[in-house]
Amino acid sequence: MKDSERRLGYAAAFTAGLLDPARPPPDMVSGPGGKASVRRYAVYRNNVTVSLIDALAASFPATRRITGPDFFRAVARSHIRETPPTSPLLFEYGRDFPDFIERYEYAQAMPWLADVARVERAWLDAYHAADAEPLASALLASIPPERLADTVFMPHPATFVVRSRYPAVTIFAANRSGGPVGRIEAAGPEDALVTRPGLDVFVRHLPPGGAVFVSHLISAKPLGAAAAAAFAESAEFDLSANIAGMLNAGAFTAAQPGERA
Amino acid sequence: MTTKSAVSAAVLAGAVATALASFATASPLSKAEVKAAMDAGKEKCFGVALKGQNDCKAGAGTTCQGSSTVDYQGNAWKFVDGGTCTTMDLPGDRKGSTTELKRDIPS
Repeated sequence: MKDSERRLGYAAAFTAGLLDPARPPPDMVSGPGGKASVRRYAVYRNNVTVSLIDALAASFPATRRITGPDFFRAVARSHIRETPPTSPLLFEYGRDFPDFIERYEYAQAMPWLADVARVERAWLDAYHAADAEPLASALLASIPPERLADTVFMPHPATFVVRSRYPAVTIFAANRSGGPVGRIEAAGPEDALVTRPGLDVFVRHLPPGGAVFVSHLISAKPLGAAAAAAFAESAEFDLSANIAGMLNAGAFTAAQPGERA
Repeated sequence: MTTKSAVSAAVLAGAVATALASFATASPLSKAEVKAAMDAGKEKCFGVALKGQNDCKAGAGTTCQGSSTVDYQGNAWKFVDGGTCTTMDLPGDRKGSTTELKRDIPS
């Protein structure tokens, strides 16, 4: 057996019970004189669980602020036991956390919480996405008017749309900043556009029809079809304001008539 | 899609023209100009962050986040509003700096 295989076998045997307190400690862990070693192994159990809870707390600060630290630890611990990380990069961990919150029995009184967590996950993905130069307005101006309907856009790597039936953007913004959180008056649905044109991540509240419009453009639908879908979604959809908005936000990097290159 | 032809070319062209009008006064910014504009409101300020509060929002598992271990650590920075870094008053007659400081370095 190669050294690397032996090490992997050791790791597999050692880690099997780390996230499951019901399992006995692995045979290779023993106390003095070959005595049982539950307490020794519990040190590792504790370190793994606490570090993963801290990892989720670092990635979901607004969610934690809403729930308070005790509730957050409880929901995070349950999620960690069900879905341990698959990547060694801890900032990748937590993609399934918003869905878990949505199902979590004790979070049902806060139906907006999962959407706030989704905005936070998108924020972090935007933060770590590749850098790219946003689309210059001059490039859009150079496209002949009769070709605009079948112009397709290339999404910026840091662009994400999060739709919510709740005022997720307002709640996110209020709890993400350091200041005190007052009474939140918003009640209607809010869609978020997350972008990072330069070094800073921006979370914008999309106007009616905006989420459908931007989502269609992200999935390579041409401008004409995206606009039609947005008008179908909302009679209040303002096409020119949304075009200006997506240019301002830096949501796309390129535009050209015809198929996406 | 049944609504595919609902938006005429004229409507699209008008909307794009209106949208672009808000940008028309400025020629496209160069990369350096965009960066300067983005950075204009904020500057890196050393020696003003409370311990563990230095700016780095990279999430879990990154080494920089909340890594300063003493208050006002001289080699830790946070973003502050432009122009306020060196003028803000801190306890113990400390001042912020836009370059690294030698004071308050944890041993």
